[in-house]
Amino acid sequence: MSIPLQEHDYIGLSEISSMEKVSCKISSSPSSSSSTLTTEENTKNNTTTTTTPTNNNNDTSLNLKETELRLGLPGSHSPERKPALSSVSIFGKDNGYPLSPLKNLVSGAKRGFSDAIDGSNGNWVLTMNGKTEVDFTKGGVLYSPRGCNLQPCVTKEVDALPQSPKPVQEKNKNKVSASNEHSAAPAAKAQVVGWPPIRSFRKNTMASNLAKSCDDAEGKSGGSGCLYVKVSMDGAPYLRKVDLKTYNNYKELSSALEKMFSCFTIGQCGSHGLPGRDDLSESRLMDLLHGSEYVLTYEDRDDDWMLVGDVPWEMFTETCRRMRIMKGSEAIGLAPRAVEKCKSRD
Amino acid sequence: MLKKMSYSFPEDVLEHVFSFVTTHKDRNAISLVCKSWYEVERWCRRRVFVGNCYAVSPVMVTRRFPEVRSVELKGKPHFADFNLVPEGWGAYVYPWIEIMSTSYPWLEEIRLKRMVVSDESLELISKSFKNFKVLVLSSCEGFSTVGLAAIAANCRNLRELDLRESEVDDLSGHWLSHFPDTYSSLVSLNISCLGSEVSFSALERLVGRCPNLRTLRLNRAVPLDRLASLLRRAPQLVEFGTGAYSAELRLDVLSTLDGAFSSCKELKSLSGFWDMVPAYLPAIYSVCSGLTSLNLSYATIQSPDLIKLVGRCLNLQSLWVLDYIEDSGLEAIAASCKDLQELRVFPSDPFGVEPNVSLTDQGLVSVSEGCPRLHSVLYFCRQMSNAALVAVARNRPNMTRFRLCIIEPRTPDYLTLEPLDVGFGAIVEHCKELRRLSLSGLLTDRVFEYIGTYAKKLEMLSVAFAGNTDLGLHHVMSGCESLRKLEIRDCPFGDKAILANAAKLETMRSLWMSSCSVSFEACKLLGQKMPRLNVEVIDESGPPDSRPQDCPVEKLYIYRTVAGPRFDTPTFVWT
Repeated sequence: MSIPLQEHDYIGLSEISSMEKVSCKISSSPSSSSSTLTTEENTKNNTTTTTTPTNNNNDTSLNLKETELRLGLPGSHSPERKPALSSVSIFGKDNGYPLSPLKNLVSGAKRGFSDAIDGSNGNWVLTMNGKTEVDFTKGGVLYSPRGCNLQPCVTKEVDALPQSPKPVQEKNKNKVSASNEHSAAPAAKAQVVGWPPIRSFRKNTMASNLAKSCDDAEGKSGGSGCLYVKVSMDGAPYLRKVDLKTYNNYKELSSALEKMFSCFTIGQCGSHGLPGRDDLSESRLMDLLHGSEYVLTYEDRDDDWMLVGDVPWEMFTETCRRMRIMKGSEAIGLAPRAVEKCKSRD
Repeated sequence: MLKKMSYSFPEDVLEHVFSFVTTHKDRNAISLVCKSWYEVERWCRRRVFVGNCYAVSPVMVTRRFPEVRSVELKGKPHFADFNLVPEGWGAYVYPWIEIMSTSYPWLEEIRLKRMVVSDESLELISKSFKNFKVLVLSSCEGFSTVGLAAIAANCRNLRELDLRESEVDDLSGHWLSHFPDTYSSLVSLNISCLGSEVSFSALERLVGRCPNLRTLRLNRAVPLDRLASLLRRAPQLVEFGTGAYSAELRLDVLSTLDGAFSSCKELKSLSGFWDMVPAYLPAIYSVCSGLTSLNLSYATIQSPDLIKLVGRCLNLQSLWVLDYIEDSGLEAIAASCKDLQELRVFPSDPFGVEPNVSLTDQGLVSVSEGCPRLHSVLYFCRQMSNAALVAVARNRPNMTRFRLCIIEPRTPDYLTLEPLDVGFGAIVEHCKELRRLSLSGLLTDRVFEYIGTYAKKLEMLSVAFAGNTDLGLHHVMSGCESLRKLEIRDCPFGDKAILANAAKLETMRSLWMSSCSVSFEACKLLGQKMPRLNVEVIDESGPPDSRPQDCPVEKLYIYRTVAGPRFDTPTFVWT
C-alpha cells in the first residue's frame, strides 16, 4: 500500500524544520519515502543527540503528562516516559514552548528515543516480519541497560513518596483541560486522572468507607480518593463534573469553574458586558457573583440549595452533592438559609 | 443438485431452521450466505446488538430488521467509566427510542450500556411499547427517578428493571409506588445504584405480590433490620443484594435474619453488604453452600472473617471481593472453592501510598494453582513479578479474561526490577483462548511483540503507561487478528503505527488513545483517507488547529461506522 508509505514521510522529514507545516511533508512524493526515511532519521539522530541537555521544550498541552509523572524527584530519569516526550520535542524543539515546570524530562529521554529509532530501522513498516524482529531486538537490547541504570531511581522514588504524602491533589482532568498553563508543584506523587481504573460508583463508595474508618493524619477530610460532583449551569447544553478533592479552597474551585464554563458565557459576553475569555481573572466568578449575573450554588445532603462560600471549605466538601451555576435572580433567598444552616451546625 | 434444492427450499423452513441459530455472530454469518438467506434472515431476526451506537443509525437498523423484539446498544467507550470521556460527549439514546417507537411497536427488551438516557426517553419507552418487558441500564446516566416513575406506572408487562451502576438523579424514593397495585409480573429488580431511600412499604408490597420475583438487588439505604421481612415475602429468590449490612448487634435481629435467609432455598447469588459488620455474618451461613456467586466488593470485613465466610461456599463460581481478603484468604479459596471461575479483587485503598493489606502476587498464584476452572480474573495489587505471571500462565492455560492492575504505574518486577514483559508474554503465549487482557506495570515494546505474536484470539486490549515507541503499537495492530477494541492511555505511541495500520481500524470496533503522541495532522489525514471511520479528536483545551501542527491531541477515539459522521458532536470534539 502506498498510502502508509506516504504517511511515514513526516517522521523523518520533520527534523528538517520543525517550523515547517507537516502538511507540506504529506504532499511530497511517495516514491522517495523509504530512502528518505532512513537517511533523514540518521541525520535526525545526530541532531538530537547534540541538543539533548536540559531541554524542556514541551508544549503546554503536555503539562498534563508531565505533571502526572510520579516517577522520580525533579531531575531524575524516567525512561519509559521519555520516548513520548522526546518524540514530540523532536517535532517541535525549536518552537520555543514555555518550559515545563516539572523538569522530569531530561536528556536520557531523547537518547532513548533516538536509540530506538536507530534500532528500529525506518523501513520497518515496509518489511514486516523479518526486519521487525531484528529491529526490535536492537531496540530491546538498547533498552535494558538503561532500564537497569534507572531502576534505582524508581526505588528512590518510592522512598520519596512518604515525604510528601498528599502534595498534589490538584490533578483534575477538568482543571487541566480548562487551563493549559496548569503547573503543579514539583511533587513526588500526583494523582492521575482515571487511575487506578475504578468506576466512580465504587470510588465514591470506598471513599466514604475510608472516611469513616480511618483517622490518619493525611490532613484532608474524607481520607482519600476523589469526589466527583456534577456542575450544571443554566443555559449550558451539558453539565460538567469536578473532583472537589483536587481543590483546597473556594478560590481554586471558583477559578476552575469559571474557566470551565467560560466557553458558555462567551456567547453572552457582549450582552452582559463581560470581557473576553483571555481577560478572565481568578475572581471572575466572584465578580459575576457580585454583578449578580450568575451565582454558584450547591445542593447539600439535606437536599437544600445553598450559596457556595458560606460554610467552611471542609464542611462544604463533605456536604456538597452537586452544584449549579444559576442566574442571580433565581438565587434570591438562598443566603439567609445558608446562614441559618451554619448556625444550626455550630 | 444442491443448487436445485436451495431454490425450492421454502422460506418458512429456512425461517424455522434459523430460529435455532441465536448468537449475533451466527445470525450475521447466515445473512451473508446469499441474497435470499439475507432476506429471510432479516425478517425473522428478533434480537439486535449494536456494539457502538454511532456505528450505524437507528433508521438503518429498523429498515433492515423490521420485526425486532430486543435491542442492545452500547454507547461511550470503556474508558468513560474512569472519567476520561468528558460530559456531553454523546451516546444519547433518545434518537433510537424515537425511531423505534414507531418501527417496533412490539419491542420487548431494551438493554443499554454507557448511554445517556433522559427522562423523556424513559417516558417515551413507557408509552410506546405495549408489551415492554425488560429494561437494563448498565452504567447509564442522564435520568432521574421521574423517568423511573413513568416506567413503573405504564409498563404493565414489565419483568426486569435493572439499573446496575447507573447514575440516577435521585429525587425521591416515591417512584416505586407508581407500580400499580395490580402489577405483579416483576421478575428482576436491581436498584443497587440508587442513593436515596425508596419507600419501604411500597417495596414490601411490591415484593409480596410478585410471585415470580427471582432477583432483588437493594440499595444501600435499605437497613439491615428490614431485610428479613423482604426475604420472607420472597423465599423463591435466586439472587439477592442486601443494603447496608450493618447494625448494632441484637440477637433477635440476627436470629430473625438467619431464619429468613434459611427459608430461601433457591438462593444462588448474594451481593450488597455495604459497611458489613462481622457480627451479622452468621445470618448468611445457611445459604453459603448453595451460593455460586458472591459479591463482597463493598464489604469492609477483614481477612479472618472473609475466610470464615468463603470457606463455607464450596460451590462458588464467581467471587468479587476487596483486597482485605489478602494472600491468606486467597489461599483458603484455592483450597476450598474448586469450582471458582471468576475472581475479582478490588483495592480497598487505591489512593493510599503504602499498601494497607497483605495482598501480593502470591495470592493470585495460589488461586491459579488451586482453582482449575478459573478463567476470568481482575486483580488490583501493588506488586507483581514475572515469575508469578509465568506461574499463572502455566497453571491456567484456560484463561480467557486477564486484567491486572498494579496500582502504581510503571512498577517493575519487584524481585528483579525488570519490566514485566516476560510475564505478560507468558500469559499470551500459554493462554491461547485469551479474549481480554489489561496490562499494567513497567512494560516495554517487547510485551507488545509478544502480544502481537501470540494473542491471536485477543479481542480487547487495555494499555496504560507502557511501551517505548510506535513499534509497540504496530506489533499489536498488525499481529492481533481478532482485535476488536483497543484502548490506550499515557503511552508514547504516535502517528506511525496508526497510519500504517489504518486498514486494521476498519476491522475493529474502536480505538481509544489518550495522552499519547498522536498529532492532529495524522488524525485529519486518517479521517480523509478512511471514509468509513469516524476519527474524533476530543480536546477540551481549544481547537487543535490553534496549536502547532505537531502538538499531540489530548484524546482520540476512532471507530468504524456506516452511518457517516455524527450530528451531535459537542464543541470539544473535532472530526
